[in-house]
Amino acid sequence: MDDGDFSLAGRASSELKRVLGRLGIGPETVRRAAIAMYEAEINMVIHAGGGVAEAEIGKDSVVITLSDAGPGIPDIPLAMTEGWSTAPDRFRELGFGAGMGLPNMRRNCDEFDIESEVGKGTCVRMIIYL
Amino acid sequence: MSAAPSPAPHSVLLDPEKCVGCTTCIKKCPTEAIRVRKGRASIQPERCIDCGECIRTCPHGAKRAVSDPLSMIEAYRIKVAVPAPALYSQYDEGRSVDRVLSGLLQLGFDEVFEVAEAAEIVTRATRELLASSGEAQDLPRPLISSACPAVVKLVQLRFPSLIPHLARLIPPMEVAARIVKERLHPGESGVGVFFITPCAGKVTVTRAPLGYERSAIDGVIGLRDIYLPLRSAIASAPERSLARAGRRGLEWARVDGECDAMGERRSISVDGIGNVIGVLEALENGKLRDLSYIEALACPAGCVGGPLTVENPYIAKTRLRNREDSAPPEAAGPRRYEPAIDLNWTAAVKPRAALALDPDMLRALVMMEEIELRAEGLPGLDCGSCGAPSCRALAEDIARGTAIESDCVFKLRDRVRELAKELMALEEIRPPGLDREAGR
Repeated sequence: MDDGDFSLAGRASSELKRVLGRLGIGPETVRRAAIAMYEAEINMVIHAGGGVAEAEIGKDSVVITLSDAGPGIPDIPLAMTEGWSTAPDRFRELGFGAGMGLPNMRRNCDEFDIESEVGKGTCVRMIIYL
Repeated sequence: MSAAPSPAPHSVLLDPEKCVGCTTCIKKCPTEAIRVRKGRASIQPERCIDCGECIRTCPHGAKRAVSDPLSMIEAYRIKVAVPAPALYSQYDEGRSVDRVLSGLLQLGFDEVFEVAEAAEIVTRATRELLASSGEAQDLPRPLISSACPAVVKLVQLRFPSLIPHLARLIPPMEVAARIVKERLHPGESGVGVFFITPCAGKVTVTRAPLGYERSAIDGVIGLRDIYLPLRSAIASAPERSLARAGRRGLEWARVDGECDAMGERRSISVDGIGNVIGVLEALENGKLRDLSYIEALACPAGCVGGPLTVENPYIAKTRLRNREDSAPPEAAGPRRYEPAIDLNWTAAVKPRAALALDPDMLRALVMMEEIELRAEGLPGLDCGSCGAPSCRALAEDIARGTAIESDCVFKLRDRVRELAKELMALEEIRPPGLDREAGR
């Protein structure tokens, strides 16, 4: 995903859902993975203008990794707070930027890991157990 | 998860004489359930959700719905027509609902009971469901209307995590049939109830119900099939006062109608199977949680645009609206059907695992890897010549063992070319004993 093209946001989540469905993975797990991926890809488009979304599916887990070369997050604990948002107005007008993205991502996965460096980019890794 | 394999009936028939084996239906099918084999379209029943897109879009009229002939009513002593309100939208407003219903009697029915009247009852039941606390009943919001059988099947197949959102209420046509059988003619034998349907999906659910065990409907007549005979019958029938249903019931035949009938503003009304998929995707991604109700209809403009209708969906919708405007809000002086028909589902609607590659996840994973690799090797043009809707679908079919790589015309051409090169190379070689030019 790149160029902040919002029309493509949601693709990674749809694709992941399709693959998980083909693997016969249970509805609840599919739902959690879909939400985690969706929130993450939306975040990446809004704040970093795009990046790379990957999902690795093994027999025990789904590992979702999103990495971008965006502005980075100066204060991760603050960013993880429900309701905290730095989304620009043009995205808020679309109904995004309620400050629930990162908290929702953490809530819908079993392991959550975020690394960020200001000026370099952010990498989010989420693991959902099967 | 893997639900027990169940027979998956559907109601789309192919006319092999008319099918030319083109790629129109395979491309339009929202669940990629159709493949062209031996020059004819063939439906994989376990994937079909009976949405009727193939019937609607086939340029050769080769797809039709399995429905019953009008002559079937003769086998019953009391013949009751149960018309979907979409029927009224097929005729211009000059033919009043009274006249349309009188026409049905002229065709041989003894009684009529409007599905629209039953829709008013379902409207009230849905409103009560919405008023009750969702969590207490394990009914997460928003509720998804279960009136459109194609949508219920789509949820089972592609959005199983949303099954708990489905409103667990039997659809208006079934309510109508039960009123006829259990309240108006209790214990009587020889009563035949015939639903007049705008779609194939509703034919299937009378044979294999969703959410209940047995349907009270005895036969289903396609709107398309009854349209012309009814048109002549309307012209000659003495007009009788038969129309009872009010606006709220009529509204169910078009998009926005359920929400209008319920007065539910925190809702989405979505029509057309592609748009429905988009809305359900959003819901599954955790959006739309502040809504109460999703009215989702597989056909454009709703049931008035069903694949078995004859009029343009939007013209039909306007006609229906005009009829709504001249109807009272609800059936006048409501007849009481005591005791009230129980509208609750009595059978579970389960996920359909037809898309899974293999019941064993590890084997499915191995297949998935093969699919990814194969898909990369295919041209990616999604031309459909192989009989599958996309290169990806072909890659999947190859992994499932139902297709081979050379089904792809480009892959076949590559192989022919290689073979030709090899032939040419072989042709160059001449036996040393014959070749005087060769320096050996």
